[in-house]
Amino acid sequence: MMVIVIALLAGVIFGLGLIVGGMTNPAKVLAFLDISGDWDPSLAFVMMGAIAVGFFAFKAAAKQSRSLLGLAMQLPASKQIDRKLVIGALLFGAGWGLAGFCPGPVVASLLVGGSAVWLFVASMLAGMALHTLAVRRGWL
Amino acid sequence: MTTFTPFSSLIGGLLIGFSTLLLIRWLGQIAGISGIVGQLWSAAAGDRAWRFAFVAGLLVAPLLYALFTPLPTMQIATSTPWLMVSGLLVGFGTRLGSGCTSGHGVCGLSRLSLRSLVATLTFMLTAIIVVWLVRHVLVAG
Repeated sequence: MMVIVIALLAGVIFGLGLIVGGMTNPAKVLAFLDISGDWDPSLAFVMMGAIAVGFFAFKAAAKQSRSLLGLAMQLPASKQIDRKLVIGALLFGAGWGLAGFCPGPVVASLLVGGSAVWLFVASMLAGMALHTLAVRRGWL
Repeated sequence: MTTFTPFSSLIGGLLIGFSTLLLIRWLGQIAGISGIVGQLWSAAAGDRAWRFAFVAGLLVAPLLYALFTPLPTMQIATSTPWLMVSGLLVGFGTRLGSGCTSGHGVCGLSRLSLRSLVATLTFMLTAIIVVWLVRHVLVAG
């Protein structure tokens, strides 16, 4: 039960952070990426704020053998910098630059954003499903 | 164009950081949205409930926000076909590259992961180049 409460709370706080930070407005994201145009560096402050807390959070987490609710720590084990990582980041970056949407803000906008957001989320889920299919078929 | 909002963006970032703290310290999980969403159904039964709860929290966040103050406007200028292309690329790319702005950009960089640094620099640079092409090269007026 506590797992659900903490996860729900974390989701709400994460979503509020995205809204307050300006991440849910694609125009603001694109203005951040448009360094040679009318640059809006705001989102660098979102990153700084998040990492400032995150740094200490993960430092503390590294010393834990179990989570505070007694669950196993699921820290990523992979350190490999391979083709999948780089090509995946390239494709994601291209998509991010096209519309200014990334997964967090778009999910946090789903109930208030209208048809464009639904269309984007449906396409994103299709892209994720395509990846799952590709892995299962051994294409990747 | 949009206005520079260093203060509210910093507050937003601190909130996101606090959310990652809750997930990692209490649940032992990484706050990577593409991973959480991408494994909603494929995750093992015992690993699914927290994902649904987190996504539910993300979904209701704007409704809670709107109780107190009007939501910031969303300005979407991308045409329908390009929105779909963009969605496909974001979905496929984040799963292939094991993360997005939150998983690699926030959690990974917070952990000083070299792998996440490479991913973050790659998607940031690619996005910057795509925006430059779209705004300054292809539609140069």
